[in-house]
Amino acid sequence: MNPGGILGAAAQTAAVGLGAPGLVGGMRQVRARMEGRAGPGVAQPYRDLRKLLGKQSITPEGTTVVFAAAPAVIAAATLVIAATIPLATTASPLDGAADLLAVVGLLLIGTVSLVLAGLDTGTPFGGMGASRETTIAALVEPTVLLAVFALSIPAGSSNLAVIVADTLRRPSDVLSPAGALAFAAIVVVIIAETGRLPVDNPATHLELTMVHEAMVLEYSGPKLAVIEWGAAMRLTVLLGLLVNLFAPWGVAGRHAGLVGVAAGLAAVAVKVAVAAAALAAGEVYLAKIRLFRVPELLAGSFLLGLLAVTASYFLASPQA
Amino acid sequence: MSPDGRVSRRVAPAGLRSQAADLLGEGYRLALAACHDDGGSLRAVYVFAGGPPSRLVELHVPIEADHPHLPSLAGISFPAGRFEREMHDLFGVVPDDHPLPRRLVRHPNWPAGWYPMRHDAGPPPPFDTTQEPYHFLHIDGPGVYEIPVGPVHAGLIEPGHFRFSVVGETILKLKIRLWFVHRGIEKLFEGRQPADGVALAERISGDTAIGHNLAYTQAAEDALGITVTPGDARLRAMLLELERVYNHITDLGALANDVGYSVLNGHAQHLREQLLRLNRSVTGHRLLRGAIGPGTTHVRQLPDRRELTRLGADMAELAELVLANSTVRDRFARTARLTAAQAGDLGCLGYVARASGVTVDARHDHPTCDLRPEPVVHQTGDVLARFLVRRDEIAASLTLIDEIIESGPGPGPGPAAGSPGAVTAGRLDGARAAPEHRSGSGVGIVEGWRGTIVHRVEITDGAITRHKIVDPSWFNWPALPVALGDTIVPDFPLTNKSFNLSYAGNDL
Repeated sequence: MNPGGILGAAAQTAAVGLGAPGLVGGMRQVRARMEGRAGPGVAQPYRDLRKLLGKQSITPEGTTVVFAAAPAVIAAATLVIAATIPLATTASPLDGAADLLAVVGLLLIGTVSLVLAGLDTGTPFGGMGASRETTIAALVEPTVLLAVFALSIPAGSSNLAVIVADTLRRPSDVLSPAGALAFAAIVVVIIAETGRLPVDNPATHLELTMVHEAMVLEYSGPKLAVIEWGAAMRLTVLLGLLVNLFAPWGVAGRHAGLVGVAAGLAAVAVKVAVAAAALAAGEVYLAKIRLFRVPELLAGSFLLGLLAVTASYFLASPQA
Repeated sequence: MSPDGRVSRRVAPAGLRSQAADLLGEGYRLALAACHDDGGSLRAVYVFAGGPPSRLVELHVPIEADHPHLPSLAGISFPAGRFEREMHDLFGVVPDDHPLPRRLVRHPNWPAGWYPMRHDAGPPPPFDTTQEPYHFLHIDGPGVYEIPVGPVHAGLIEPGHFRFSVVGETILKLKIRLWFVHRGIEKLFEGRQPADGVALAERISGDTAIGHNLAYTQAAEDALGITVTPGDARLRAMLLELERVYNHITDLGALANDVGYSVLNGHAQHLREQLLRLNRSVTGHRLLRGAIGPGTTHVRQLPDRRELTRLGADMAELAELVLANSTVRDRFARTARLTAAQAGDLGCLGYVARASGVTVDARHDHPTCDLRPEPVVHQTGDVLARFLVRRDEIAASLTLIDEIIESGPGPGPGPAAGSPGAVTAGRLDGARAAPEHRSGSGVGIVEGWRGTIVHRVEITDGAITRHKIVDPSWFNWPALPVALGDTIVPDFPLTNKSFNLSYAGNDL
């Protein structure tokens, strides 16, 4: 642990926390412009959050601490991921926890707490959303593990910082067949995990088609604000992880100072913004697939992950 | 309708069932059934329609006021069973041997024994706040659960309660409860002069202003003996098609939106707005209100043909883009199939019936002008077929409008195509000759954009004594749960949009 690491972790956490709503706003704006609409502007999610924070919070009758705590759990778990993973710098004070297994576990904590909150409301929509989310999560998490595992084989470690540093040293790793397969698998997983088209439609008002939105229907006011914020941060850290696993250039090294961390932060911000814009632009051309096709899509992505692991064993250049 | 094409028969209650069975056997369909309070006695009127050529048979059945009973036709006609339940709720006429003698229009909290359509009904008694629960069929079994939705929805939708019995994601049963906003429109017609009913008819269902107004106008003209010039009949047909086009393109966009393909919905909204502006240039109103009435047809100017051609090409391109997306096609194809047998048994109308291979189109079966478009029919009965019927009907409508513009408004005092100024080829004099002495009954049948609309009016001494409205949604609502058998819950909104039934037209 070093001062640069602590600084980097603080900067990453602050950037993700403050920038996530802007990222979502930017994606909506890209989509609106591409569809020929004016759009509400990049800052609209911030205005929404301010509005929600000023409102009364209504707790449905019969709900327990599970419902009350879920927003905080999601936001906290995501903030820990933001502090841990190598976004701006590879020097994390939580280096020991910056393991891909730990990150997947933290992601799952957020998912599970939201699923339990959906069930806790006792409403059919909460249960329906929870059932769908569980189906998706059960297929998503192994795929994330497999894909990152494929990337960890050349580096010889499942520590994310080590993988990123290794990729910086030998960029050819991500251009290998294993890297390409893992990339495809992770992109599908991020789309499913963050509830975007073609798996879920974040803009819909049709209760019966919702996945993520169905679980949070009973939330209101500040709690809803925290959930929305948490979901935005989740998208941000997943995109950050994606860009730094496959294009880590610009990330600050283990002994970088203030300037290095700032430069790393700027680099990752630009990369995430580009990835988000590409994702939003791609969504314009997509329609939502039938719910029963989602497992097919995710099984395909799992297969890609499996092939990536296999390929990294058989095709990767032997360790020197 | 030409009055001479309608046959009226008086039938004793005992003979009703055999007569109705004979008519249904000859290929007639039950188009309308309504009770009438003649002051001291009640009378049920059944209108059977067949065509082409257009044939109408009315059966008038007297009902004893102190023993209001009718033999039920529910065993031989599904729609008849629903008309009978409506008669029971609004007039207190009991259908004997009805298989499902529950309330339909009146919710359980409505006071028992108060029948709002009777002349002596008086003001409504206080409603019961401790209402009995609505009867839903509960399905028990491992993993079966219920999803109640509505009557208040997340979007701008009219009120309706949907209760799904679901196992996993598969719908076992859907029960739809409507009639949350009974407005008493039929009662509001009573006592009005025929010309005063126009504004009311236009507001029965907001998106069907021309459809309902034209059916009302035709019924009133039939009753008053007013004839319409062929030119006026064509202008009215043109307005009807303009209404069909703007509603169908809205639905095409909404169907794309419901599968998350919102870019094309934006495009469809853009086209719809241009069509509404075209409507305003033609009639002075975006929703085509105020253009027609008994004996009158006002058109400010005919639509610009080049504009229509351009919009037609854009709409065709939009439909092509929707179907070019393989995910959209996958969502549409084989989703919520309604078979031809089901559509026929339920008496479905409009694009719902025509997408299931049932050829029913009032423009063809009961023509009011010399131009008769061939009905657009698709066979598969799924969401895709309902999309394709709309797409093809837009093209057919534009062709028909173009023909009408090209031929000019026809004989009469109409100016040349495209010229500004009123095209009024009215026979208003006929209606105003001696309105206080005119009496009669009339039926109007119109193919509105949702399907066949039937109105039947009775006029005594120049004032409406009874007006019955039948919107196609009345026939089509029961088909929605049937089509949803084996469909998954997330496909319901898409299916619902592909039917796009009217709550207001159903709940009068």
